[in-house]
Amino acid sequence: MENLETYCPNTWCPGCGNFGVLAAAKKAVNSLLGQGVKKENIVLVSDIGCSSKSTDYLDLNSFDSLHGRSIATALGVALANPELKVIVFIGDGGALNEGIAHLIHAAKRNSNIVVLMHNNRLFALTTGQFTAVSPKGLKGKSTPEGAPEEPINPLELMLDSKASFIARAYSSKIDHLASLIEKAIKHEGFSFIEILQPCVSFFNNLQFYNEKVYEVEDEERTKEEARKLIEEWNYNGEGRIPLGLLYSEKRETYESLINKSSKGKEPDIKKCLQIHL
Amino acid sequence: MNTKDFSVLIGGAAGQGSRKAGLIIAKLFNNLGYGVLIYDDYQSLIKGGHSFSLIRVSEKEPLSHSQEIDFLLALDQRTIEEHEKDLSKEGIVVFNKDRIEACEGTGLDIETIVKECKGIPIMVNIALIGGFAKITGIEWNVLEQVLRKEIDREIEKNLEIARKAFDGAQSIIEIKKLKNNPRPLLTGNEAVALGGAKAGLETYYAYPMTPATGILHYLAERGHDLNVCVSQLENEIAVINAAIGSAYAGKRSMVGTSGGGFALMTEALSMAVQAETPVVIVESQRPGPASGVATYQAQGDLLFSLFAGHGDIVKFVVAPGDANEAFYWTGKAMNLAWKYQTPAIVLIDKELSESTYDFSEEEIKKEEGKMWDGKGEYKRYLDSEDGISPMAFPGAKGVVKATSYEHDEFGITTEDAEAVKKMQEKRMRKFELMKEEAEKMRSVNVFGNLKSKTTIVCFGSVKGAARETAERLDLKMVQPLVLEPFPEKQVKKALEDSERIICVENNASGQLAKLLSCFGIKVDQKVLKYDGRPFFREELEEQIKKII
Repeated sequence: MENLETYCPNTWCPGCGNFGVLAAAKKAVNSLLGQGVKKENIVLVSDIGCSSKSTDYLDLNSFDSLHGRSIATALGVALANPELKVIVFIGDGGALNEGIAHLIHAAKRNSNIVVLMHNNRLFALTTGQFTAVSPKGLKGKSTPEGAPEEPINPLELMLDSKASFIARAYSSKIDHLASLIEKAIKHEGFSFIEILQPCVSFFNNLQFYNEKVYEVEDEERTKEEARKLIEEWNYNGEGRIPLGLLYSEKRETYESLINKSSKGKEPDIKKCLQIHL
Repeated sequence: MNTKDFSVLIGGAAGQGSRKAGLIIAKLFNNLGYGVLIYDDYQSLIKGGHSFSLIRVSEKEPLSHSQEIDFLLALDQRTIEEHEKDLSKEGIVVFNKDRIEACEGTGLDIETIVKECKGIPIMVNIALIGGFAKITGIEWNVLEQVLRKEIDREIEKNLEIARKAFDGAQSIIEIKKLKNNPRPLLTGNEAVALGGAKAGLETYYAYPMTPATGILHYLAERGHDLNVCVSQLENEIAVINAAIGSAYAGKRSMVGTSGGGFALMTEALSMAVQAETPVVIVESQRPGPASGVATYQAQGDLLFSLFAGHGDIVKFVVAPGDANEAFYWTGKAMNLAWKYQTPAIVLIDKELSESTYDFSEEEIKKEEGKMWDGKGEYKRYLDSEDGISPMAFPGAKGVVKATSYEHDEFGITTEDAEAVKKMQEKRMRKFELMKEEAEKMRSVNVFGNLKSKTTIVCFGSVKGAARETAERLDLKMVQPLVLEPFPEKQVKKALEDSERIICVENNASGQLAKLLSCFGIKVDQKVLKYDGRPFFREELEEQIKKII
């Protein structure tokens, strides 16, 4: 197994859920390398925030993009070269606050990228403010009396946005997460994995998750069946939390539908100019 | 009437097909060997209102639009009301007799003809062209040839209608056939698309925004021939971020928008500088602030495009003045972006984007950027002497790490004081080279009387009217084509003997004059037009005459 590490010192807080995600990502990548995927064909794209430091820690091709925009950058990478396996590391703030339009549209168009949404359910690197998935009433420095908004359910959003691979994982269950990441990379089309991840410094819900999560079988489901599982937990405090591949379908990818250019072909300017005569 | 240099205006309500008719009329004269230039004026609506095409036809290459009209072709009453005042002394009016009652000129029962031939209402424009061709002595076979080329649906029906109108009209004047061959007629947007493709454009991203939408439409239609993949995304932010992603993966990418969309792109513009990722941005200006006047002309985004992007940034901004220059400079911008791994802005405007020009191709080739030789360990941001680090793309050897954060040579985030300073200085060395490059290129045009002490300075599409005015009044005219890095030496050389400098701009605050003042060049007088319309030759000549 390649360690895939860089010399970059890791700056996450001790006990951070991100360590689990990083370990699982390495495991999945190593498994793929063992199956003949070329290391140079793997491209990581990261956003901004704690989760997005992942690219600094992995000795793989990477583009560390802007806050909320990593999904759009990843789409450009995937469209440029269909051989590449493109994996996005993004937090809940980037995916669901700053860049929610890109997430919805990438799912809708079935862009062939994997989105790993590290969900610590608040902005951590800016020292703890509520995001779109924070429970209502979460106290932070910007909302000392509690977050005034209802959380959205990102998996429900993905189902309605026509994502073709929807999964939920937990950063403490590394092997389970690694197997989901591997499946997502192999999936042709848009894959979304929500990774529940405690933030030890600002929202340590490790105990809560340990009590609530359970794994579901990886089986074919209708949208209705998937929706039932997705709606079990309301992101406030109620319900059990199913983990696993909750929904998947086969659909043509955006890249295969629109890519007309082919390598090395010269543009036919003369032919075009004829039309203008 | 001067049959060697005249103007035709065809107008109607949106949906009556006056724009297509304008293009067909231009092609008729182009086929007779004349130079043509079309100005399209339309409102931000789909049906109704008033649109018109103004076609200047000349034995020589027409440089600008003429206010005075020699042929007024009216599909509706409003066209007469709006434009009658601009008719020349011997001007000829040809009008839709079925819709317009009392009017001097030649009335044609074109709606009746369309009905008799069982055509659809929009074919009235073809009937008007048929009649007009006869009136100007154009032979039927020339008209038939042009119509067959320009009309892809129901050509026989259209020909029947055109013939009936042609036969029903009387010849009034003869526009002689010249010996010149027809030249391709291109809008600025089309020239931008072709120039980009010529320099290796492979992925074009856009969100529709007037007046840049024509580039999106053209590349979508011609993508197969030009080997360009076209992607319309959810907003301009996605557009530029995706383009940067594609460039990182090795594909030459371009985006097109207007001021509002460009404003949304500026954060990623700054990222392209930090990540050292090439990208070409076409900014076609329209009147602002904000949504402004969507389908009209302005040059108010000059300073914005020069200063866009947070942090210490130098980028290329080039401003072509006509379709030939749009072709060449878009290709050039692509090559510059890849040579210096940085953003390049092609600053155009509504007038250039959507006007139709005689086109002759100026040679531009794809020039490769500096590539990694594959030896040793790859460092994306190698601290090279000239500040340009060799490129490598994912999918080949080497780990390619790019980032929007400050970084070390490998592309790993850094906050170390020494490392931050070192990387900033590496980019500064590159910026210095870019400044030298701006002086090496043919970055400034000079026209008119080179010895004149009075000089008109302008940029972009104002070129045509300014050049024509300078030539008629025996003045000098200077047009910087590269605006950032500013070719200070070349501009100063061009202006060294000038005692009076007049800036002509399509904006309200004199932004080019402000730019010149940054380099110690004092502008004596400004002629500014900010009503959403381009400069017409007579009007500019009058204004310059008044102040010199």
